[in-house]
Amino acid sequence: MIGFVLRRLLQAIPTLFAVVTVSFFLIRLAPGGPFDLERPLPPAAMANLARVYGLDQPLVVQYGRYLGALLTGDFGPSFSFRDLSVGDLFARGLPVSMTLGALALALALVVGIGLGALAAFRRGSAVDRLVGLGAGLTLAVPTFVVAPLLQIVFGLSLRWLPVGSWENGAPANLVLPVITLALPQIGALARLTRAALAEVLAAQPVRTQRAMGLPPLRIARHALRGALLPVVAILGPTAASLLTGSVVVETIFGLPGIGRYFVDGALNRDYTLVMGTVVLVALFVILLNLVADLLSGLLDPRLRAAR
Amino acid sequence: MRRVLGRLARNRGALAALAVLALVALACLAGPPLTGHDPGRIYPDLVRTPPSLQAHPRPEAIAPAVERLAFRMRVTAEDIRVEDGILHVTLSAPGPINERVLSYLPRSDLFGPATILTRAEDGRRLRVAAPVRRLVFPLGTDVLGRDLLSRSLVAGRVSLLIGLVATGVALLIGVTYGAVAGYAGGRVDAVMMRLVDVLYALPFVFFVIMLLVFFRAGLGLILIAIGAVEWLDMARITRAQTLSLRHRDFVRAAEALGLSAAAILRRHIVPNTLGPVTVAATLLVPRVILLESFLSFLGLGVQEPSTSWGALIAEGSRAIESAPWMLAAPAGFLVATLVALNLLGDGLAEALDPRLSGDR
Repeated sequence: MIGFVLRRLLQAIPTLFAVVTVSFFLIRLAPGGPFDLERPLPPAAMANLARVYGLDQPLVVQYGRYLGALLTGDFGPSFSFRDLSVGDLFARGLPVSMTLGALALALALVVGIGLGALAAFRRGSAVDRLVGLGAGLTLAVPTFVVAPLLQIVFGLSLRWLPVGSWENGAPANLVLPVITLALPQIGALARLTRAALAEVLAAQPVRTQRAMGLPPLRIARHALRGALLPVVAILGPTAASLLTGSVVVETIFGLPGIGRYFVDGALNRDYTLVMGTVVLVALFVILLNLVADLLSGLLDPRLRAAR
Repeated sequence: MRRVLGRLARNRGALAALAVLALVALACLAGPPLTGHDPGRIYPDLVRTPPSLQAHPRPEAIAPAVERLAFRMRVTAEDIRVEDGILHVTLSAPGPINERVLSYLPRSDLFGPATILTRAEDGRRLRVAAPVRRLVFPLGTDVLGRDLLSRSLVAGRVSLLIGLVATGVALLIGVTYGAVAGYAGGRVDAVMMRLVDVLYALPFVFFVIMLLVFFRAGLGLILIAIGAVEWLDMARITRAQTLSLRHRDFVRAAEALGLSAAAILRRHIVPNTLGPVTVAATLLVPRVILLESFLSFLGLGVQEPSTSWGALIAEGSRAIESAPWMLAAPAGFLVATLVALNLLGDGLAEALDPRLSGDR
């Protein structure tokens, strides 16, 4: 088990290295720089700025320095948010994004798996068709349509909930963003659970259990355990994308998370902020995939033996 | 193949989806000239018109509009009447009226060219007639006064084009890569698929955004960027299929006949992987359209003057309070298309593999 975790973490190193390298050189190849303004600065000032931020060094040297700093956990200073380091920005924004993401993930898991299971147990019924239709719809309606719709209905018309802003995470401010984030995941999870559970329910062991007269609830518990494997398999990427924030949701609801940093950083040529965001997301993906793999080992002993 | 099509034809959901798709595609391709509005035409007097099948200007809006125009023409409007779609109005001023000011009427979007019926009091009083335009905006107009139906339709051309071409790019890369990896097998296969694994872990949407930010978004770049990101699934599916085909007798026979590897791949392997690949491609089209609309929403996708559903939705969500129909029109098209494509993909998957179907 520990060996497996260590091996996976070792395997992650080349991936992370590739991520850092590709994004570092891609962003440096791009035209424009972080200190380009409408009215250009005097050349002497530009040279000073470049020296302070180490931009006057050859690219390879800068790359080496960045890698070295990254190994000590230092993401470097931000170019567009003066006086703040990328680490500071993450320390402020990450709790916001992770709070929203964790709540959305929890909501999606409960509702998505619940509805999917319901549909699978009542296969071919009206409930089943309704769940299928709803899931298809949530997958097809983009978040940037859902979010304004929710704002209109619950914010502007009914006046039940605030339209936006964070206000230190007041629960009322969380409701609409969390629902927006969770909806597409609910659809995906419901479809996946239904398909997997339907297959398990039709398989030999369940038929045997039925024939033996086991109570339906116990059969359901056994079946669900097997059916959750594909769900757990997509849990890694899903959780990673939810926890690292969403540009769309954070922009529309005016939330100070880290989702907006990437696009803003790229537009401002904020090299370190863009790099930091990419590395952070890659880390989340890798770690959460590992967690998902460990979970599926918990669900299915055969996977454990295969390691 | 015929059995598959037969099963598909019995799937009512998939058929309905196909009909919706055909309708949307036809409307987008042939529709724009039929709406009566140029998608780029701005009607400054009809900004933020709610959707309606009634013609504009509304009867009750004509008199105030004429009075506003009269103010700009520095004349007084009296006795405003509309008969059979023709506006009759008497214009008067303290001095003789310069008749060129009448061009204000056709310039206003609401009326056609004016004709003078009678002149009185040495040209200080004119009786004027002008046809009232009948403009219909079934889906309303946007904040600049452009017809949303026409705009949604031309936007649909771009969105559908991106969906199809980017999927094609992904298909080309993915199928070639997967077939080569699967057929070569052994160490080549291991290295090639390890590369795919590494690429899976990269936050690819980020690279697409970077590319578009740095190198100025253009249609071509969007197509290539999206296609280059989405080929990984296709490669995996094709490789899995190829692995199962590689040792089948007909491939062995082809090898024994001395066909080159490229010829075997082209003639025997790839055609046999098409089933699952078609399903994956059908399901990829909506994902690509969604990705493009996401990029356009961020302002990185299709740029003015051309537009896509995503770009229109972005405009709509900014005007959500004053003109909610600006969101509804493009979102309706987008959602209908995506739901239909997903349904069709599911239907195809079930037709290819009846075990998946819900009712057996």
